[in-house]
Amino acid sequence: MSTTTAAPRTTRRSRDWARRAPLLPALIFTILLTQLPFLATIWYSLRSWNLLRPGSQEFTGLSNYAAILTDRQFLGAAANTVLITASCVLVSMVLGIGLAMLLDRRFLGRGVVRTLLITPFLILPVATALLWKTTMFDPVFGLVGFVLSPFGLGDVDWASSYPVLSVVAALVWQWTPFMMLLILAGLQSQERDVIEAGQVDGANTWQMFAMVTLPHLRRYIELGVLLGAIYVVNTFDTIYMMTQGGPGTASANLPFTIYQRAFLGFDVGQSAAMGVVVVIGTIIVALVALRLIFRAFLSSEEQNA
Amino acid sequence: MTATHDPPAERVPRSPRSAEPSARRPARPSRVGRPALTLLTWAIALVFVSPALWMVLTAFKQETDAYTDPPRVLFTPTLERFSTVLDAGIMPYVGNSLIATLGSAALVVLLGVPAAYALSIAPVRRSKDVLFFFISTKMLPVVAVIVPLYVAAGQLNVLDNIWTLVLLYTAMNLPIAVWMLRSFFLEVPTAIIEAARVEGASLPRVLWSVMLPVMAPGIAATVLICMIFSWNEFFFAVNLTASQAATVPVFMVGFITSESLYWAQLSAAATLVSLPIVVVGWIAQRQLVRGLSMGAVK
Repeated sequence: MSTTTAAPRTTRRSRDWARRAPLLPALIFTILLTQLPFLATIWYSLRSWNLLRPGSQEFTGLSNYAAILTDRQFLGAAANTVLITASCVLVSMVLGIGLAMLLDRRFLGRGVVRTLLITPFLILPVATALLWKTTMFDPVFGLVGFVLSPFGLGDVDWASSYPVLSVVAALVWQWTPFMMLLILAGLQSQERDVIEAGQVDGANTWQMFAMVTLPHLRRYIELGVLLGAIYVVNTFDTIYMMTQGGPGTASANLPFTIYQRAFLGFDVGQSAAMGVVVVIGTIIVALVALRLIFRAFLSSEEQNA
Repeated sequence: MTATHDPPAERVPRSPRSAEPSARRPARPSRVGRPALTLLTWAIALVFVSPALWMVLTAFKQETDAYTDPPRVLFTPTLERFSTVLDAGIMPYVGNSLIATLGSAALVVLLGVPAAYALSIAPVRRSKDVLFFFISTKMLPVVAVIVPLYVAAGQLNVLDNIWTLVLLYTAMNLPIAVWMLRSFFLEVPTAIIEAARVEGASLPRVLWSVMLPVMAPGIAATVLICMIFSWNEFFFAVNLTASQAATVPVFMVGFITSESLYWAQLSAAATLVSLPIVVVGWIAQRQLVRGLSMGAVK
């Protein structure tokens, strides 16, 4: 279980080690499985290596990067990634706030409603994508077409006519419960007396929401947006299942494009370079975001100290 | 971020099933029984989950009932689709998913509990940096490591091996678990540990016989959260397994390719493979927020 041995309390050094030792297995394991492969990715990205041409390996400097940064497919996937991530996070957040507001009161069957609402987040994402592609979005027998037919949208083939929209719809369905849970936790951490004071001051519901609730939720909204973005950027299964990145490459995002380049195009060098570019982009966002998250984490602890 | 301020008496021990005090407390004074609003809430919730309800409903249909325009709500239910799915050889995949899910959960606990302990109770110098590092690995997109992992697995001859997935899922979940477990450790009153230390118990001893019993609900919740992520994981599974070690999501994809026209069948498969984790999530729903926010929000 624990890797420590009881430290003699005589020397500070051995006590330091006793404190640090429990941490090391997890730390070493994580470095081995995340940092080493990433360093290898950087190494591959500087070489020309195509599995279809054995013996083709040689050091080519930044030429892979030059190739992908002028590659329409890569740039399109980058744009799609930003579009899918931003719209999914935004819409899920708005819906999540709405649902959380509805659930933030006592009513008959509240527990059941809450349980129902978190279910889409738990369903196998591959199954979710399949469900939306077939029983929801099918132009002839789909439920969406049936519901929208009074509006003249009864026979739209959503997944092939509007692939990005369809992917975002399935993702929003999957991620709204996540946002709802975070915001609900935020709403329930509100101080009662603040609310009561507002009501004594005669603020109406809308004023209360705008002046008291929303500022209080700011931290939770930030956290939801950041964590949601980290998860949604990596979306692969939904796209693989619903559209295969198609038609053409219309709905491919970066993870899907890198997968295609590596496992269908066998170009290790270029897909590695794409991976590195994704990480650089993520780091830029994360540097800003991580600080925010970290502040949130640590300040929540001060509360519990 | 203001966390809910639990009264100390409410803190420990807490089982994952027990309601958070914050959830029991009505968040704002509301006149109980505004029936219109309650009806609206129920209606919105039912509309929102209708795709899932529809999936379950379709699973009980004959294929001819699954393909109707307008969609059919009334039909004679049948269990045939489920037996077809079970006959389609889903079991080995379920077995693989169970090994990957439970194996990585065990490893996560083994590595994560000591680490979280070191980062919470006995603050290590630079522990903020270490925490920062753990959380930063969640920022590393999986696509940035998949190529070398594939190459390395090929060279080590562990492609299509379920234990490869166990290791990768452990790496995937460890940062979440360390943060989450740390937040549970921080709730343990330090007086317990100090009392045990004063009596001369060694650190591992304190960990084992004093902390762990108190931490059990937190560890259980962490395991459940990790299970959700591992069971649903697809990217590593589809790229690093072929036939021997393929997990449930990979089965789903193959099944779809071969049965794409049989909606009732597909819905039955989707319902079956989602059910275990849906139930796990329902059980762990009070802890879901903590897990998803890596311990930041309770």
